Order: sequence, then C-alpha cells, then structure tokens
Amino acid sequence: MHVPDGFIDAPVSVGAGVLAAAGVAVCLRGARRELDDRTAPLAGLVAAFVFAVQMLNFPVAAGTSGHLLGGALAAILVGPYTGALCVAVVLLVQSLLFADGGLTALGVNVVDMSLVTVVVGWFVFRALIKALAYSKRAVTASAFVAALVSVPVSALAFVGFYAIGGTTDVSLAAVTTAMVGVHVLIGLGEAVITALTVGSVVAVRPDLVAGVRDRLPTLDLRRPAVAAAAPAPRSGA
Amino acid sequence: MSRRALVLVGLLLAVVLAGGASYWASSAPDGLNKVAADQGLDKGAKDHQLDDSPLAAYETDGVGDGRLSGGLAGVVGVAVTFLLVGGLVWGVRRRNASTDATDAPDTATDGRDSDDDREPARP
Repeated sequence: MHVPDGFIDAPVSVGAGVLAAAGVAVCLRGARRELDDRTAPLAGLVAAFVFAVQMLNFPVAAGTSGHLLGGALAAILVGPYTGALCVAVVLLVQSLLFADGGLTALGVNVVDMSLVTVVVGWFVFRALIKALAYSKRAVTASAFVAALVSVPVSALAFVGFYAIGGTTDVSLAAVTTAMVGVHVLIGLGEAVITALTVGSVVAVRPDLVAGVRDRLPTLDLRRPAVAAAAPAPRSGA
Repeated sequence: MSRRALVLVGLLLAVVLAGGASYWASSAPDGLNKVAADQGLDKGAKDHQLDDSPLAAYETDGVGDGRLSGGLAGVVGVAVTFLLVGGLVWGVRRRNASTDATDAPDTATDGRDSDDDREPARP
C-alpha cells in the first residue's frame, strides 16, 4: 500500500509529513519506557522481519495482491511506540533504498501504514486480551482480529488523505468501497501472518511479548523456578 | 529459548524470506495500485526520484539472474533495517536502573535537559 509520488498534492503531503514527524517524535519519547537492555535487541529483529515479510506479496483477488503492513504485529511484540518506529524505519528504507513509496509521500505512508496500523492494532489487541482469560489461544485470536481490523482502517486513512489532497477528481464513494473491500481481504492475510508470528513468540517466550507481559499468569512463570529449587532441600536433608 | 537464540532464529527466518521466498511473491499490483488504476487515482502519479538507484524495485543493479538480484536486495534490506532500528533503540533505551536517574548530565549532551530521564508523572 505504498503511496507513490503524485497521488496526493504538495500541501497535504507536507501536512502529512509534519504529522508523521510529530508522531515519530512522540514514539521516540515513548519508546524509552518500553525498551531496556533486555528488550531493545528485539526491536531490530521485529523491523527486519516486517521488512522481509512485506516483500512477500500474496494474491488476494483476480490480478490483485497484498502484503503485510506489520503495525499490529510490531506493536504487540515490542509495544506501540517502538512498533511504530520499527515500521516507520522500514518505510524509510523502502523509499530511499528500493524506490518503493514516493519520497514526497513518505509522510502519508508513515501515517497510514505505521501510526494508524499501530494505534488500531494495539488498542484492539489490548481490549481483547484484557477481556479474555489469558491463554495462548486468546493471544493468537486477539492478534488475528487486531491485525485484520488495522488494514482496512489504514486504507480508510489513505482515502482520507486523498479526499483532501487527491490530485484527480474521482468518486470518493467508489474509491472508499473499493479500498475497504480489497483491504479486508489483505487484512485476512495480515491477520494470519500476525497470529502465526505472535503465536510462535508467545509459545517460546511470552515474557518478551509487550502486549501480554502484564497478563501472564504468575504461577506459570514461577513453577519452573520451584521445580529447579526442589533438589536443594533434598540434598540438605 | 534464550533471547539471543530467538533473535538469531528470527533474523535467519527474515533472511530466508527476503532473500529466498520473495522470489515467489505475487507480482500483481497491490490493493492500492489496483484500486488506483481502476478508479483513476493515479493520473497524477510520478516516477520515483530514485528509480535509478542500485536497488530500485528490489532488484540489484548488475546482477542478471532474477532470483539472485531480488534475493540480494532483500538481504541488504533486512540487514540495513536491523542495523538502523537496532542502533536507534539502543540509543533511546532505558539504561539499567542503577545508571538511569543518576546519570542525567551524561544524557543531556544533545542539548535537551534531563527531563527525558524522568518517568512521566502518573495520577
């Protein structure tokens, strides 16, 4: 969903650039609270993974493909502020190194594909995971829904930019219907990838998943420690 | 699984996906480009200013084999993204508790004051 140059006019592109820069500044501040020596290396991994999976366009309908946006995935794994930074850097690298996504459209792309997907993905996921009893299945299902919802909302954000700064007169109703329709399908792919990835990480290291860290049952975490400590009293006896 | 193992396995997977699996990705236009073409959003579209850059369109200049050309571009992208974000978050991360609050003058060298080191007040 990388917007090329020339879709959105200059004033709105500049406005989106300012909005994106402000969002990134907020994220730089917020990421401090999410990152420490333990979790920082995961952010690089998440960004690299999102970059890689964004290359994997999957077919969604006749003559149409889609790819992961990754905002929901990144937010769930490393937290919303860090997650938005990850996706924003992916978009920057894609535009500068691979000529994917216009230079003047970078602001629009960061707002649509990083900020919007992260905010929507994070709040939907957190609302669901707080409402459900913690289990791996609940985490996977919440990640699925959060990712699914984030993609059409991102498409709507693009339509919003086009409505105020589009360079061609078009039927906004028709564009909205078409964009939401195809991005619900792409959202299903996003949901599958996000659920698989979050499910895999939760299976091996749930303590490293930012979106569930406060929901982990403490008993499960302590049980191995108790088991490991068990031989000690025996050897003392 | 240790954290380091998790990062290594994840990176390996990213390299395999971007460097290998991407060859089989669909080359059909994505949702936005399809809608843009169908609805005429793209009448004002301009070519990317960096279309001539060595990795433009995820193809490596001077590498004839399509699979190798795309794979190399993918691996470069994974490496650059990892290093950029890794460096960025290493810079902004919270230092471990003992050095955090007391080292404010050290972290203020970028001209901002030590406010950044305080946890935000919570109600």
